[in-house]
Amino acid sequence: MLEKKNLWWLLGAAALAAFPLIVTNPSDTSIGVFTLLFMACATSWNMFSGYSGYIALGSSVFYGCGAYTMALISIHAHMAAGAAMFWLVPVGGLVAMLVALPFGWIALRVRRHTFVVITIAVFFIFQLAAINFNFTGGTSGLALPFIQWGFSYYNVPFYYVALGLVIFVTFVSAGVRRSRFGLQLLAIRDDEDRALGLGVKVTAVKIAGFTMSAFTIGMAGAVYAMFIGQIYPQFVFDPVFDISVALMAFLGGLGTLAGPLLGALILEASQQYLTVSFSNGSLYLILFGALFLIVIMFMPRGIVVYFKERVKRSAATKVANLAEASGPATISSAGGAPS
Amino acid sequence: MTTLLKAENISRSFGGLKALSGCNLAVEKGSITGLIGPNGSGKTTLFNVITGYVKPDAGQVTFEGADITGFEPDKVFARGIGRTFQLTRIFARMTVLENMLVAIQHDEGWLRGLARSKSSRAEVDNAMEWLDFVGITRLADLDAGSLSYGQRKLLELAYVLVANPDVILLDEPAGGVNLTLINQIADKIRTLNEQGKTFLIVEHNMEFVMNLCHTVTVMNQGCDLVTGKPADVRSNPLVLDAYLGGGDDDEDEEVEVVAHG
Repeated sequence: MLEKKNLWWLLGAAALAAFPLIVTNPSDTSIGVFTLLFMACATSWNMFSGYSGYIALGSSVFYGCGAYTMALISIHAHMAAGAAMFWLVPVGGLVAMLVALPFGWIALRVRRHTFVVITIAVFFIFQLAAINFNFTGGTSGLALPFIQWGFSYYNVPFYYVALGLVIFVTFVSAGVRRSRFGLQLLAIRDDEDRALGLGVKVTAVKIAGFTMSAFTIGMAGAVYAMFIGQIYPQFVFDPVFDISVALMAFLGGLGTLAGPLLGALILEASQQYLTVSFSNGSLYLILFGALFLIVIMFMPRGIVVYFKERVKRSAATKVANLAEASGPATISSAGGAPS
Repeated sequence: MTTLLKAENISRSFGGLKALSGCNLAVEKGSITGLIGPNGSGKTTLFNVITGYVKPDAGQVTFEGADITGFEPDKVFARGIGRTFQLTRIFARMTVLENMLVAIQHDEGWLRGLARSKSSRAEVDNAMEWLDFVGITRLADLDAGSLSYGQRKLLELAYVLVANPDVILLDEPAGGVNLTLINQIADKIRTLNEQGKTFLIVEHNMEFVMNLCHTVTVMNQGCDLVTGKPADVRSNPLVLDAYLGGGDDDEDEEVEVVAHG
């Protein structure tokens, strides 16, 4: 028997898989690719920051490292432009992971607000390094081997690779949430010192979570570089990226599985659509501002949590009505406290 | 009886304040030891030094004959010393059962915890048994944040017990809870003690301490003043002096001490 909840997930995946078959216009499928990449990144971000409560605003460090890994290896290894370059995607993830180890080791010594500030500082170090080093091509960036796939076909392989990445990240995030490791991350979010006193190796757990989320963000960055074909330091090490992934998770529901996916789907798709259709790069910012005001006012814990609680409440009301109908005996077993 | 946990000559200052200066404490295996003293006498700081939350400036903490001075809290816990906090600290946004499962994980490496999904049936059963022991089984699926203060105290006791520590440090287990629950907690402690668990209890409720503890250590101004049987300690003039600023053994005044705690 398929659970109702799993059915929704399957339907969502099927809809995403069918999208490029139904919508064939390249400018629309390209929106699809960007949206999927952000869905993967927001979910990765949530896998660490959402579960542990350590709000990282330096995720583009990993995104950029993945992108530069893809660019540098494909250029210097003189790779033939084409599908073989997809093999570099996990390599980009691994490089991001290696960067995350010392980054996390330093940044995770401090908590909460100080951690946020340090992640921003590290981000600027990376952006400046990418602008100033020679091997990164400086401000003129790097051009990747030019992939000569047909105009109408070009987006499709990227779309499915990005979708594969989203599914992979979602499974990893779900696995973490259900694992004992995920339990430890949640415990750190609620009370780190108490968790430490119950034998949780908090430093190791935090660094492990941080590097895992870096791995998948790095993979997304590598796909992005290959898709765009030309990378610039200010676009792969982008502060707007840092804030976007966090906002997507907040909008959808911090620490939930579906929240970041939904948040990225709404924000990135609408941003791309508005930018393309009105050729106005900042119109979306106004709409985003309005959207966030609405969400913060009416559903401060995110869309997913808001609707989950509505469902829960209506179910609870039903149970209460049933209990009332069948007599007071069942009510006493549902409530009351020993104290 | 042998000494299970020993703190010798512990000193610790916070800025100019000497929270502990040359404090000694010994906890016998299988005993219930009480630690009492006026507010600010350093009881909680001593707890923090033993459990690794605060590093001592000088002195030594030994457990089962091994030096554990300055160990991190997770290492201390893994050795078999569990503690509760004065202001209960639980994981508010996790369910009661999940709270229990966090504590159960101490005996395996974090890498194994990473690889394993979900807690095993046996671990969940074990957690539920302890919830049953303290009497909050039916709250297992609720968010811990929705529990009342007394229920939080019970949960905190349960998730320290679930990891099966040898000695349990309780910081004011009777603080801020009603009389029925105080008696309930005392019963649980007695039952566990009969099963071989050692307890070290900080408490302001004199009746609770005097009825429950085998040995009582009185602290004053950062060092241990008197150690002895409850009855002896109770009548010791030094203790009365420390607590009441020189007075008689009047029940009313004791009640006042409780109220201030």
